[in-house]
Amino acid sequence: MTISDIIGILEARVLCGEDALSQEISTACGSDLMSDVLAFVKGKTLLITGLTNVHVVRTASMLDIHCIVFARGKIPGDDVLQEARESGIVVLTTAFTTFTTCGLLYQAGMRGNSECLDQRDR
Amino acid sequence: MQEFSLADTYGVTAQDYTTAGDASAAIKRKLKQLGVDSGVLRRIAVASYEAELNLIIHSHGGQLTLTMTPTEIALVSNDSGPGIPDINQALQEGFSTASEEARNLGFGAGMGLPNMKRNADDFHIESEVGKGTLIRMRFHLNKS
Repeated sequence: MTISDIIGILEARVLCGEDALSQEISTACGSDLMSDVLAFVKGKTLLITGLTNVHVVRTASMLDIHCIVFARGKIPGDDVLQEARESGIVVLTTAFTTFTTCGLLYQAGMRGNSECLDQRDR
Repeated sequence: MQEFSLADTYGVTAQDYTTAGDASAAIKRKLKQLGVDSGVLRRIAVASYEAELNLIIHSHGGQLTLTMTPTEIALVSNDSGPGIPDINQALQEGFSTASEEARNLGFGAGMGLPNMKRNADDFHIESEVGKGTLIRMRFHLNKS
């Protein structure tokens, strides 16, 4: 599905990256633990989190994650959004909790990428 | 890809969470400019970010050194202490001695060293308490 589809499903608001909403995203990861995100995420993945510090964007940038959804209506600071802009990352916020956000996306066909746990990019 | 060699060093300051990721972002940017395959680039980016975070969270300060030849990229992390008492324990997923501050930022879950090992084609670590820790990772360029 596209980021625009995700916005519709989550009734989300775009905080930055308005010009890149046609990107396709096939899998998602929900975590507040960036250590786990770094260890387990691969591919064109959506990151759903309740953590709003700048390290979320830096972690996403390292992993080529192109879209972050902040759940529970959280809005990160301007410094975080500025880094996201510079890294070309789309940032959304939704009023739904992390659990419901994941559930709504799963219901719409989005899948996790944990099956890739033991695989590597080669 | 052009044939050449490169050697760059990036200093990492202990406990400086505001600049955490700067060295890894610079390394990723440089290797991308040099045309490194995106799959290899991603593995190097993750490994260097983990190494950089470890230097910030655990060490007294250190550096990341990136070297590149036509066939491989090497990333070395070394610091000036405090050293790891039990490397086998530190390599276990979930084992962590990270501070509350690191955990609050979403790190320190005990995944760093295992994740570096998983992403590198070759991983070597040596450490001496009171002296420091050296991690050497190699990434082959003939695989994607």
